[in-house]
Amino acid sequence: MTQLALIIDLNVCVGCSACVTSCKEWNTSGPAGFMSDDNPYQKDPTGTFFNRVQTYEVGEFPKTETVHFPKSCLHCEEPPCVPVCPTGASYKREQDGIVLVDYDKCIGCKYCSWACPYGAREIDEHQKVMKKCTLCVDRIYDETLPESERKPACVLACPTNARLFGDVHDADSEVSELIREQGGYQLMPEWGTQPSNHYLPRRKNKITIHKDELVRVDNPLNKEQKEHHKPVDGSVLDDNSFI
Amino acid sequence: MHPAFSVIFLTTLIGAGQGLFLALFSTQVYSEFDLLPGIGDTNFYGIGAAIALALLIGGLISSIFHLGHPERAWRSAARWKTSWLSREVIALPTTMAAVFAYGLIHIMNLDSVAFTHGEVSLSMSLFVGVIAVIATLALFLCTAMIYACIKFLQEWSSPLTVINYFLFGTASGFTLATALASYLGLEQQTLFLGGWAIALTVVVFVTRSASLYRNSRIKHKSTIQSAIGIRHNKISQNSQGAMGGSFNTREYFHGKTAMFLKSIKFIFMILVFPVPLVLLSAAISNGNTDVLISAFIIQFVGLVAERWFFFAQANHPQNIYYQTV
Repeated sequence: MTQLALIIDLNVCVGCSACVTSCKEWNTSGPAGFMSDDNPYQKDPTGTFFNRVQTYEVGEFPKTETVHFPKSCLHCEEPPCVPVCPTGASYKREQDGIVLVDYDKCIGCKYCSWACPYGAREIDEHQKVMKKCTLCVDRIYDETLPESERKPACVLACPTNARLFGDVHDADSEVSELIREQGGYQLMPEWGTQPSNHYLPRRKNKITIHKDELVRVDNPLNKEQKEHHKPVDGSVLDDNSFI
Repeated sequence: MHPAFSVIFLTTLIGAGQGLFLALFSTQVYSEFDLLPGIGDTNFYGIGAAIALALLIGGLISSIFHLGHPERAWRSAARWKTSWLSREVIALPTTMAAVFAYGLIHIMNLDSVAFTHGEVSLSMSLFVGVIAVIATLALFLCTAMIYACIKFLQEWSSPLTVINYFLFGTASGFTLATALASYLGLEQQTLFLGGWAIALTVVVFVTRSASLYRNSRIKHKSTIQSAIGIRHNKISQNSQGAMGGSFNTREYFHGKTAMFLKSIKFIFMILVFPVPLVLLSAAISNGNTDVLISAFIIQFVGLVAERWFFFAQANHPQNIYYQTV
């Protein structure tokens, strides 16, 4: 079974929000209609987004670290938002595990958004239906696009390659390998939702160097220097052993 | 959570309607077994069922304001296998139809013997009434389970939610039935229903206090550490991904101060429990209808405040991602 998902590498995300804008650009121009915006150029701009980048500060000055945290639908393997939907508008696709909303069936009761612990769903204030990340389902299967572009818009836009897309059920896929080898983790594992999207943690490029490693003990030059500058008084073990 | 008045009025109105119907039916059952005198020609059951139906319809109308696309509401019966909301959408019209049939039988005087077995005979209205009771209880369960089934809304995810929805509905319904019986001059029924209204109000005071106590010491499972997966005791948020707020900052926050919340709790603890209890105790023996009606109105206003508090107190785990609201 296929489970498409995004892998977000927090180690390289720089918080540029290119994924946010390209997501909005692609999805607001798509066949599902626009994504509402209110006051886009005035005070208190607000609107519908599938993807947002948040920023956290970890630690206390001066030992702080800024973590940019992109947040979108995690396409859970056990999505709590799906069974609560009274109309069946919210569903998980059998073939690729993408969680979608059928905008023609949604009655806008908001119950699914209450049932999502991640707050990944947003109601469109003008179309009055629930919206969320579709993993660019209208793009990834589009055969008119070159194969390299059959990826979600956010993945293509990311300048630092912090977003990767693939099948997390295929053990040999690039994303599965990354999850295994780079410590990919899920958000809020305590609720058993089993998010398909994984996050790769910050990784430290630290190396521990012990003092004795700085000086090469068996350096032959050292030996010569020592002999040259500091002749040993009397006989040493070597003198005797070569007789 | 942000309390929506559409849902507050839906749950309080249908609760009172369901409770009122249960009060009518219990009165009728007691009369059948000669534990209460008959109602004469007052048509207590018929008028009561009409009021109960009006309350249920009021709740239904109120719920429409919660929907983005009410014209598609018919679709919401589709997923009854998994969704408590879908089950409620089925249970509510079923209850309304059954209460309507029950009222119609009494108002049009259509009651007849539906079933006899030896000495025992069962009237048509009782038979319809039993169906309506089942539908009413199912509706209570569905309404409460909509909230109780979301396990990460830990303030709601408890059997106490179901118990409280049932008891609040029945308490207000029995209080209303007491006022109606008194208005129609049914002394014995006023005493009987008033006694039950007092008992239910006392019991729900205990169970609601239990849930308030539970919620006051609740330990939330999700933390900022589990939410973003970074193990550090000190994490603060610098940006939320939206400048002027978003659905996430509007839907899940009540936007009021802790003091406001506390005063709402105080108001409903006064209006739902002691005031109606005093008014009921004072008026059921002398049949003062005005006092009994005010007991119902005061309790209902208190229940609206209680429901507001119920929603506002629930702390959604997504709020962790919006620390600076």
